[in-house]
Amino acid sequence: MATLHVDIVAAEGHIYSGDASMLFAPAAMGEVGIAPRHAPLLTTLKPGTVRVKLADGSELPFFVGGGILEVQPHLVTVLADTALRGEDADEAAAAASKAEAEAKLAGAKSEMDIAKANEEVTMAAARYEFVKKLKSPTR
Amino acid sequence: MAGAKEIRTKIKSVKNTQKITRAMEKVAMSKMRRAQERMARARPYAEKIRLVLGHLASANLEYKHTYTVERPVKRVAYLIVSSDRGLAGGLNMNAFRVAVRAIKEWKDQNVDVDVALIGNKSISFFRRIGGTVLGTANQLGDKPQLSQVLGVIKVLTDAYRNGQVDRVFLLSTEFVNTMTQKPTIRQLLPVVPVKEEGLLSHWDYIYEPSSAELMDTVLQRYIESQVYQAVIENAASEQSARMVAMKSASDNAGKIIGALQLTYNKARQASITKELSEIVGGAAAISG
Repeated sequence: MATLHVDIVAAEGHIYSGDASMLFAPAAMGEVGIAPRHAPLLTTLKPGTVRVKLADGSELPFFVGGGILEVQPHLVTVLADTALRGEDADEAAAAASKAEAEAKLAGAKSEMDIAKANEEVTMAAARYEFVKKLKSPTR
Repeated sequence: MAGAKEIRTKIKSVKNTQKITRAMEKVAMSKMRRAQERMARARPYAEKIRLVLGHLASANLEYKHTYTVERPVKRVAYLIVSSDRGLAGGLNMNAFRVAVRAIKEWKDQNVDVDVALIGNKSISFFRRIGGTVLGTANQLGDKPQLSQVLGVIKVLTDAYRNGQVDRVFLLSTEFVNTMTQKPTIRQLLPVVPVKEEGLLSHWDYIYEPSSAELMDTVLQRYIESQVYQAVIENAASEQSARMVAMKSASDNAGKIIGALQLTYNKARQASITKELSEIVGGAAAISG
């Protein structure tokens, strides 16, 4: 049976590498399933779960906070974002950095708690979804 | 034996200092090893994204993303990466010297320079010399995470998008080897993708959604991975610079202890000789 080499890498390090019979990923335009000999494809990923189906039929789930999926006929690379991303979170981070700069230079205390809390809430929500999915018996 | 006690105290205090510097050297050594591992771990992602970007760039010859367009330079920004802590030899000062020189060169051409800062040391340095600071990130610790620097990157890319700055440079200390670290300036924006020759003729990706939209994400990630690489490389440089600085401090402490010990021994010898001659002199006076 043809197999597919899967590499999941994040900026901070390597996450998974191995052979698989199929891979499912939450692409920007909807869930995609990649079988061996898939045409070369490049797409962005939404936050969610990348599932790697091994040759023996078992599945390995990986949580990604978004990222990029690159497919070549026998090679799939997931460039995963470890942190949950999106306009809001990025804006919050940018605002925090700016505020920090101002605070640092004025020597005052920064007020970035709200932005930080928001970020944590989005992250926690996505993690919760992921954990719920892991625990459900119908998977 | 008046001086002897003072010398003894001094030797003790130098010995204590030496203990500290030696401990710091050992700690820096193990931290450096781990920082190097982290550098190696981040490499696959950086390589992969460079490859994808090369593909995209050669596939999209007609589409020009803002991040790849050269503009006339009226204002530039420098992202300066430094360490959070000191006692790392000349690491930060060498980087700042390069930064100040670069800023001066731009100013001579009537180009304004903004800075964005990573690390406590650069923040306190630029607070002293002044200048427009766009954003900062600090307290990254020994294991810098990408999420800690995203904010400052976003500030810079936004400034570039808005036309506030026309070029963005990244200044960080490159880890050449344990003994050598070199402050290096790299251009972050506009991005100059490495085009792979002859790729286009063979095959191309299916792009989903459109290649233009993908370009946006890939470029952003590419910039982030470049900055992240610089940050972890700077961390490795910091540890190795500290290791070398602490090693020479320990050696110097050893030399000082040796010299002090010699003085102490001489003083002791002199006082013994003096006592002996006094006793002999006294005995001679009585018997004489």
